[in-house]
Amino acid sequence: MHVDEAASAPAGAVTDRKAAARAAFAGLATEPGVAKPDPILVVDNVVRRFGGLTAVNVEHVEIQRGSITALIGPNGAGKTTFFNQLTGFDTADSGEWTFNGRKMNGVPAHKVARYGMVRTFQLTKALSKLTVLENMRLGAQGQRGENFLRALFPRLWRAQEDEITERAEELLERFKLAAKRSDFAGSLSGGQRKLLEMARALMVKPELVMLDEPMAGVNPALTQSLLGHVKDLREQGMTVLFVEHDMDMVRDISDWVIVMAQGAVIAEGPPETIMSDPRVVDAYLGAHHDAPLSDAEAERQLAEAEAELELEAAETHGEAVPVNTATTAGPGEAAGDGAKAGGRKEAGDA
Amino acid sequence: MDWILVISRAVEASIGTEAVIYALAAIGLNVHFGYTGLLNFGQAAFLAIGAYSIATTVTTFGLPFFLGVTIGLALSVVLALLMGIPTLRLRADYLAIVTIAAAEIIRLVVRSVALQDVFGGTDGIQAFSGGFYALNPYPEGDYNIGPIIGFDENTMWVLTVGWILVALSCGLIYLLMKSPWGRVLKAIREDEDAVRSLGKNVFSYKMQSLVLGGVIGALAGFIFALSRSAVQPESYNTELTFYAYTVLILGGTARILGPVVGAAIFWGLLILVGTFLEEAVNTGTITFITTTQVGPIRYMLVGLGLMLLLIYRPQGIFGDKREIALDAR
Repeated sequence: MHVDEAASAPAGAVTDRKAAARAAFAGLATEPGVAKPDPILVVDNVVRRFGGLTAVNVEHVEIQRGSITALIGPNGAGKTTFFNQLTGFDTADSGEWTFNGRKMNGVPAHKVARYGMVRTFQLTKALSKLTVLENMRLGAQGQRGENFLRALFPRLWRAQEDEITERAEELLERFKLAAKRSDFAGSLSGGQRKLLEMARALMVKPELVMLDEPMAGVNPALTQSLLGHVKDLREQGMTVLFVEHDMDMVRDISDWVIVMAQGAVIAEGPPETIMSDPRVVDAYLGAHHDAPLSDAEAERQLAEAEAELELEAAETHGEAVPVNTATTAGPGEAAGDGAKAGGRKEAGDA
Repeated sequence: MDWILVISRAVEASIGTEAVIYALAAIGLNVHFGYTGLLNFGQAAFLAIGAYSIATTVTTFGLPFFLGVTIGLALSVVLALLMGIPTLRLRADYLAIVTIAAAEIIRLVVRSVALQDVFGGTDGIQAFSGGFYALNPYPEGDYNIGPIIGFDENTMWVLTVGWILVALSCGLIYLLMKSPWGRVLKAIREDEDAVRSLGKNVFSYKMQSLVLGGVIGALAGFIFALSRSAVQPESYNTELTFYAYTVLILGGTARILGPVVGAAIFWGLLILVGTFLEEAVNTGTITFITTTQVGPIRYMLVGLGLMLLLIYRPQGIFGDKREIALDAR
């Protein structure tokens, strides 16, 4: 397992991991669905519809092993829905995806986690009335004492429980939560809960960690600490896929960025250049947000609007209705609508 | 006024058969609701299954008593599976609706005219507890516990078996809830999705919880049937479930001894208030109510007491105030 390799690796290997991850992406095209040298997760044609709305429609995407990949996109782009499909928390209408070469569509959420693909949630799910340490212990896999009959005989699981506790204590130490170990998780601050959720996910010994907005609602002081922990996951040989809105953070820690908009992957690329990709700019700010109108276009628009106004003025006279506030408002509105429609048409044409 | 009578009746009630029945029913509910967060509103169904299994096996089919016990336990497992399979994958409130309906269906089936030959209709079934009382080691006579309370030999036998069952159930729950198995249950109560994301089969654990609590509910049904040597369909209406919830919340949810102490206090208080009012009316201390009004009034007073408890001690008697404070965040 990657995790074990990392634990025994010398400190000098730390920077190698980042360099290796960056090297893997060198020279890749920035087209959506570009093939990666060593993908851990390969997704094909995943579609999820809610009634008439197609929330996710991803044709092809690959996640490079041992890297930190960011998934960004404007609100409503379908990032979290996509996460839910991949981790078995929601059922995709169609499509298939493989994790380490194993087909994962239709696999229930708990099995996805057992195979080594663990997620966290946008709204942190700390188990409030369990202590921090119990939260951590829960993450360990293959616990003998989680079987009903064996649970009745503590000597069957006591030794394993001690090992789990030891590993949990180490992780708590690393995440600076050791002092809180016997507090209820519900008494932690928002940022500490994020830390706890990430540490708890590590108890599963995952290969791929999927973080849904790890920085949401975390105060700036803790952000740096959280960033460090995310980078640390890569140093330990894990692969990270995370959803995030904060572009500074994306630039700081990710090796590769995948951009989603309206359910589809629209671009991929390295974090330094992705935000200047025209497709990404369009997705975030709308198409042609800053393209200036030419003089000819401006004149044509003006002429159209005036023509409409004249037409409506003529109609009003023809009906011989006394001009009152209501009727003047009518044509005014119509002209406004006409201008808007014209503007929209313009954008469509150009 | 006869204070000795008032006190002795109250103490008798707090360790009597009602207390045992409601303690067991609430221990089962504690597994469902207190530990796993399953909103089971049909605990009465499990009691009815237990009670009617013994009664029908012995009286209707003339089979041995212990076969009835075995059938009761098996059927309570089947009922839990039947209720759980369609609903445990859904949101918690669906389970509440299905369980309350299942309990009513069972009650209406056993009281139906069409099945009167098997279940005895609204009259229920009698004369099935002979096999149980044949095992009674207590010779005939009155048994005094302490200076003021006493039971006859049959009640002593039911109480002995009943409290042993309560003790065994509590021991079982204690062992389970401090194990990793119990940890998964408590985690499911807090947030199912988080538990799922950590690789636990939530459906399977919820089913195990439903079965365990249901089987303990069936034990309560056995004691209910045997202590009265009769079963009647109206004993197993939804009121039974709600009293069991009252007992559970009074004692404190997710606490081993919560349901037991809750049951003892609930019945002790109810009988204390009832007997006190009766005595007061009989001796002319209270003149504005009649003895027939005492029954409803004691429920009003106990209800008032419970409301005050929930306002000033929402965690119940054994609960942890810190846990309640977390909900408010």
